[in-house]
Amino acid sequence: MVILAGVALFLIIQAVPAIVADWPSNGDLNEGPTAGFANFWSYVGPLIWGTLFASAIALVIGAPIAIGIALFISHYAPRRLAGALGYLVDLLAAVPSIVFGLWGIIVIRPFLLPLSEWLNTYLGWIPLFGGTVSTTGSTILAGGVVLAVMILPIITSISREIFLQTPRLHEEAALALGATKWEMIKLAVFPYGRSGVISATLLGLGRALGETMAIALIISPAILVSVRMLTEGENSQTIAANIALNFPIATTLQREALIGTGLLLFVISLAVNMLARVIAGRAGASANRKRKAMLAQLPPSDPSTVLAVDDVLAKRHEADDARAEEASVEQTESEIDEEKRKGTDA
Amino acid sequence: MSATITPQKPSNPIANTLTSGQLPRRIELYVLLGALALSAVLLLLIGFNIAGWLVLAAVIYLIALGILSSFVETRRKATDRVVRGLVTVAFLLALAPLISTLYTVVSKGIGVINWNFITQTSASVFDPDTLEVTTQVGAWQAIVGTLIITGIAALISIPIGILTAIYLVEYAQPKQWLARTVTFLVDVMTGIPSIVAGLFAFSLFSIIVGPKAFSGFSASVALSVLMIPIVVRSCEEMLRLVPMDLREASFALGVSRFSTITKIVLPTAIAGIVTGVMLAIARVIGETAPIFMAASFTDNFNSNPFDGPMQTLPVMAYTGYKFPGQDIAASNDSAWGAALLLVILVVILNLIARVVAKVFAPKGSR
Repeated sequence: MVILAGVALFLIIQAVPAIVADWPSNGDLNEGPTAGFANFWSYVGPLIWGTLFASAIALVIGAPIAIGIALFISHYAPRRLAGALGYLVDLLAAVPSIVFGLWGIIVIRPFLLPLSEWLNTYLGWIPLFGGTVSTTGSTILAGGVVLAVMILPIITSISREIFLQTPRLHEEAALALGATKWEMIKLAVFPYGRSGVISATLLGLGRALGETMAIALIISPAILVSVRMLTEGENSQTIAANIALNFPIATTLQREALIGTGLLLFVISLAVNMLARVIAGRAGASANRKRKAMLAQLPPSDPSTVLAVDDVLAKRHEADDARAEEASVEQTESEIDEEKRKGTDA
Repeated sequence: MSATITPQKPSNPIANTLTSGQLPRRIELYVLLGALALSAVLLLLIGFNIAGWLVLAAVIYLIALGILSSFVETRRKATDRVVRGLVTVAFLLALAPLISTLYTVVSKGIGVINWNFITQTSASVFDPDTLEVTTQVGAWQAIVGTLIITGIAALISIPIGILTAIYLVEYAQPKQWLARTVTFLVDVMTGIPSIVAGLFAFSLFSIIVGPKAFSGFSASVALSVLMIPIVVRSCEEMLRLVPMDLREASFALGVSRFSTITKIVLPTAIAGIVTGVMLAIARVIGETAPIFMAASFTDNFNSNPFDGPMQTLPVMAYTGYKFPGQDIAASNDSAWGAALLLVILVVILNLIARVVAKVFAPKGSR
């Protein structure tokens, strides 16, 4: 708690000089990365837009896939495999973000080039796909795709936990009424997990907002408001990547301006995260008590926590299975004993 | 009255949906093979690539299965089958980046890594004969920096994290406002953008020691801001898994709360806690942005965390690409080498975590 307050406090202290400074007349702010902006807000506005835009692309691509994976693991995959498959997806989270950035540069950029050209040729009249197509592939689309990969594990692991918590009776009731598996999922699983999945998506959004390295490496940016996804040098820059790119070359006051943008990023992602928690909490409170007990707290959102819990739980399940087997063996033995006794009685 | 009603045969029989058309059991396999073959043929005409082949096959498979099923079976079943296919495709789609990433890193990095790369520091070597500056590629300074920074971060965050978790689980009443606030804030803190943590550490230290406050220690502080919530959350989960019976049995014997925690609860949960901590370390060891902000980057060997910039593996990978030196190819190579070393480190930590979970697992049935 203290740390959180401390983070906010120090960022504010450092950012204030740049925010209140008179930008056009200040020599320090008039050169380098912050040159040519009327004030702090006109500098940070396009950055906020870029951040939201890139995250939105990531979310549009990533969220449906993530929910699909969660469904596959919780309801479609064979029981025995499900744990291992979940572990594989969680492994995605263990890969450092810088590695994804490098991967994005040499794999995703060329991979998306033909697609970009196709989209531009046939759907160029939509502003999203308009403009001159990038030849290197350093587009915000490529950045968004890499971000989507990075937020997959978060959304997947939370949604998976929530889908698994669906009351068994609801599912069986739906199946008993003759619903196909998909109809069962629509009737029983989605209504139950809706708030949780929305929260999970928001948490994914929070992660995407703050992701730095992938964007900094891939996009070739400019600080402007643009909706074009396929162009180069006309992409909107994101806050985090902008900080990472300009921090080493910035002078003191410019640095403070960058810290100011960081403060805004902090506020935005804090708001998104709180919203996610509140949605999950409220849905829990408004439902009946049993459900409240289950969904009052979201499952751990950090993949490494999920991995750890999975590890321990898997072992416990094994132990449970072993015990159950022992019990059944004992039971059959005692049955046999009983039968023998009956035999002797007769 | 018991008049027997002779059942009338319906003049035109109603189709019985339970026994009406059903596709054969292996149909999904057949359709899949057909789709693969068809898309292979189609792509051979215009030029073959694996990604295109798989994507096209998936599309053909879904469409074919949908049409087939809606003709032979009902529309509901067709939807069901198509959704099953879609969900499976989503899963395979997620595996693609994982495999592709690992493959790329290993294939690019393996050529760079050798004993020299690990034990040398990188430097520019000036050759007086040819008057050429060659870059000597090495990662030793980055390896040392990574270990020091992460180690200090772990030293800061593990005690704080575990104590907070013990407070939350053992001492706090669940309805108490303090406990709820702490839980909420810890949850929110997991969502702090990593770069903000870096900025925080930088501003904190530039207030204390003035501008140019780059040091390994401030990077450690940034990392622990990220690490504490992870440790708290996983320890909390682990402590909650300890059965209440054990605690109650201990209390019933007249053991104090403190002894119960140290003698009963912690030993039971230790495997999980160590696993959680290991994974938390693996999580922050790959963080680039905060270290980049707080410790900057350097090619020089620096093992003093309180003075001067410090190089780390993720930052080395980043700067190798973004701010290459004289020899661009060598810089890029060293970036891949650093990335591979980083991945190896993360994998080792994950393996340790798994092994620990196995070895320290409490004996006997729980």
